[in-house]
Amino acid sequence: MKVQTTRLLHRRTLATAALSVAVMAVTACGGGSTESTTGESAAPTNLAEGGSTTLTMWVDAERAPALESIAASFEEDTGISIDLAVKDFAAVRDDFITQVPTGNGPDLIVGPHDWIGTFVENGVVAPVELGDKAGEFQESAIQAMSYEGSLYGVPYAIENIGLLRNADMVPEAAETFDEVIANGEAAVEAGDAEFPFLVGLDPKQADPYHMYPFQTSMGVPVFAQNEDGSYDASKLLLGEENGVEFAKKLVEWGDAGSGILNSNITGDIAKEKFLAGESPYYLTGPWNVGAAQEAGINVAVDPLPTVGDEPAQPFIGVNGYFISAQSKNALAANEFAVNYLTTEEAQDAMFGVGGRPPALTASFEKAASDPIVAAFGEIGANGVPMPAVPEMQAVWADWGATELALIKGTAKPEEAWPAMVKNIEQKISAG
Amino acid sequence: MPTTELTRTSPQKQPRSLRPSDSMAGLLAKIILLGLVDAFAVYVLTVLFLQEKWTVLVLAAGVTLLINWIYLRRGGLPAKYLAPGVFFLLIFQVFVMIFSGYVAFTNYGDGHNSTKEDAISAIQLAAQQRVPDSPAYRVTIVEQDGEFHFLTTDPDGGISIGSAEEPLEEASDAVTDGTGKATELEGYRTLQFNEVLANQADILALTIPFSDDPDDGTLKTSDGSTAYVYSPTLEYDEAADTFTDTETGTVYADSGKGTFVSEDGNELSTGWKIDVGFANFTKAFSDENIRGPLLQVTLWTFTFALVSVLSTFALGLFLANAFNLPNLRGKRIYRVLMILPYAFPAFLAGLVWSGLLNPEFGYVNNTFFGGANIPWLTDPLLAKISVLLVNLWLGFPYMFLVCTGALQSLPEDVNEAAKLDGATPWKLFTSIKLPLLLVSVAPLLIASFAFNFNNFNIIYMLTDGGPRLSDTTVNVGATDILITMVYEVAFGSGVGRDYGLASALSIVIFFIVAAISILSFRQTKALEEIH
Repeated sequence: MKVQTTRLLHRRTLATAALSVAVMAVTACGGGSTESTTGESAAPTNLAEGGSTTLTMWVDAERAPALESIAASFEEDTGISIDLAVKDFAAVRDDFITQVPTGNGPDLIVGPHDWIGTFVENGVVAPVELGDKAGEFQESAIQAMSYEGSLYGVPYAIENIGLLRNADMVPEAAETFDEVIANGEAAVEAGDAEFPFLVGLDPKQADPYHMYPFQTSMGVPVFAQNEDGSYDASKLLLGEENGVEFAKKLVEWGDAGSGILNSNITGDIAKEKFLAGESPYYLTGPWNVGAAQEAGINVAVDPLPTVGDEPAQPFIGVNGYFISAQSKNALAANEFAVNYLTTEEAQDAMFGVGGRPPALTASFEKAASDPIVAAFGEIGANGVPMPAVPEMQAVWADWGATELALIKGTAKPEEAWPAMVKNIEQKISAG
Repeated sequence: MPTTELTRTSPQKQPRSLRPSDSMAGLLAKIILLGLVDAFAVYVLTVLFLQEKWTVLVLAAGVTLLINWIYLRRGGLPAKYLAPGVFFLLIFQVFVMIFSGYVAFTNYGDGHNSTKEDAISAIQLAAQQRVPDSPAYRVTIVEQDGEFHFLTTDPDGGISIGSAEEPLEEASDAVTDGTGKATELEGYRTLQFNEVLANQADILALTIPFSDDPDDGTLKTSDGSTAYVYSPTLEYDEAADTFTDTETGTVYADSGKGTFVSEDGNELSTGWKIDVGFANFTKAFSDENIRGPLLQVTLWTFTFALVSVLSTFALGLFLANAFNLPNLRGKRIYRVLMILPYAFPAFLAGLVWSGLLNPEFGYVNNTFFGGANIPWLTDPLLAKISVLLVNLWLGFPYMFLVCTGALQSLPEDVNEAAKLDGATPWKLFTSIKLPLLLVSVAPLLIASFAFNFNNFNIIYMLTDGGPRLSDTTVNVGATDILITMVYEVAFGSGVGRDYGLASALSIVIFFIVAAISILSFRQTKALEEIH
């Protein structure tokens, strides 16, 4: 019997000891957080009291530092701190879609506007109302952020491609792509350059995004646009009669033709060659301008050259902030997005880290004192928003593979282009 | 299962002297570890309680109690050793498998992301659209008898008050601040910003009728300081479970497929997740897009896995044998060099090799083939060969390691005896070393086959399945193996991602690999018996 009691005693001590460790650990963890109160008491002075005290925002590493000062001023004014959680940009969209319904998603997320279609489809994003502030933004930015009649994001930057020119090789801007080719070939003949024109092409998917201005210039947009600028995914326009003409052009420029487009030149190689001064032209976005200037290239940004009779319209991507549909802190998130992230300082700060033309007109005008920003802005004003409709995802793979085959000269334009249109239509109707 | 073990070992039956006495340090470690586990459990349980997830809560509480019982009782030593392993096995393996199994029977994916309630609230949220060109009202949230009111100031300075029950009416006697915004009204208490925050769910849900006529719309605020006139484009009828377009009168009803659909077939954008039974499996075998290239892809998958195993094993074995000479100088340096590719992450190697094999600018063509334009990754046959070669480069170090180890553990005396009997080195290798080696290495070869069967990284990073097959509509290429094809079909090219279909296809692949592995393991057992 004695053995029994000591064993019991021993076990109880052990349990108590374990419990006390547990209690200590719990209190250590819980010490920092304040429980929410329902704020019925008369006018508390600490504004942070009541409601949640933190907003979570998913942001990528590059942009996080620019948001810190605006987050700090928000905390100063309202007592709500902003937790800027740095996430991997490649995975953040899908994470957001899976996390929001579980209640573990953030209150806000930073991203490009073409995520909106998928976000809405999955019910993870809430509309925002900018009110009169909408007028302070560039029209194209607001248009891109609108989807099915509602505004879904607060824009901060507009990005689009432009034609980078090495001004030491070719002093004047060209208007048509034929002139660009002629200038480029002249530079090659003169021995100044090795490539008349550069654009990065993915070895698997080519690059329909960079080729798009040429395509629109021939009158072949992807989808029809409604009067308000939104896309009508039921009207695929790739099959317009000029589609095959554009496909023929790709063959003419491609590996088997003049070699203006070289399917072996990847994005990295194109950048490397332009930076090494081996080509007068480089079709790319503002993200490569800094590196080119650092490499000592005298960069000028030209309007996109036309191929057909219509203007060469690039896709524009509008970056912005989105609010989760299931944010427990929606009011604070709206306050931050609508009244703080729309300020000139916030937009200036984001311009500082990305170099992309700001969406807020006042900030853009300041940034446009730099001729390169101004040039990209001008090109963007002429662009069309990247379609945010989910159907767009069914377009890329066939579009890219077909363009690649055409550039390589392994496909016949008259067959490959209509076959591609048929494939895409089938995928859209199956989806 | 640990519980059966627990009942079998009873401490009373053990002689006291045999029971290990707890040392002081051991006891302390046990207390601290168990305490930490319990602390974590308490934290998790609190969170679950606050989120009202009762099933998980009960499950978590049960597991916590079980863990405490296992470690606080005397004896039951096997359970104490097994518990952590079983616990993690359940979480990281069994749960994941059950969950993918479950997903395979749902339509989870883009457009079917959450519950029906979430979908309805998201649709309602999106349907609230501001009446075009309606003015912005500056708002102060005030409260009377526990009910929230909007004290609004319109752009012309007119002041009104209203609540969910009472439409806006003029309140010109309100106190205004310097900008003309009404901030206080007699009989009402103005809420501080923190109080607004604390009640944000209620305040955001407030819709203040603009007038007695509901068609005039309602005032809503999203930030607590500005309100706009909204009118919903869609209205939800709870009883009928339908949405009605307020403008056209179109009715959207539950389609039974996780969406709201109108009679003429228009779907509302947001859908929800439902169970679809075997639909994903049926689709996997009946969808023409998948079935078309399936045979070719399956054949190539087997070829790829088999050739990868055999080639890496052959090269690894050859090198292991060559570097197993007892009196070779600098053996260690060679071995380290040999193992280097193994230290390379496969996805990185894929990217690097894809650059090296660029036809025009790649190192391989420029250095070894005098600038010839060999399309390593874009010609269907060459691409297959390139994938196999790169996988050989990546995979042989593993086989080299394994074979070196196995060779060194072979008994030397057998070799000596064979040499005395006059066996040639080749005879020695094929008749003695190889059979002995296979006994220990064969299971690893099977594992390697299973790994290569699903070797996603190398294919995705090197060729992304390309070059694309021209005779199919689906985006599948000459080097696509089953798993990359699944990825392509489920995530790549359709309208969004389809987790349900992906899970169903993965389960099919799992059965293929499992069947092959079981058969092969039977074969290896036979091998052991011969030996």
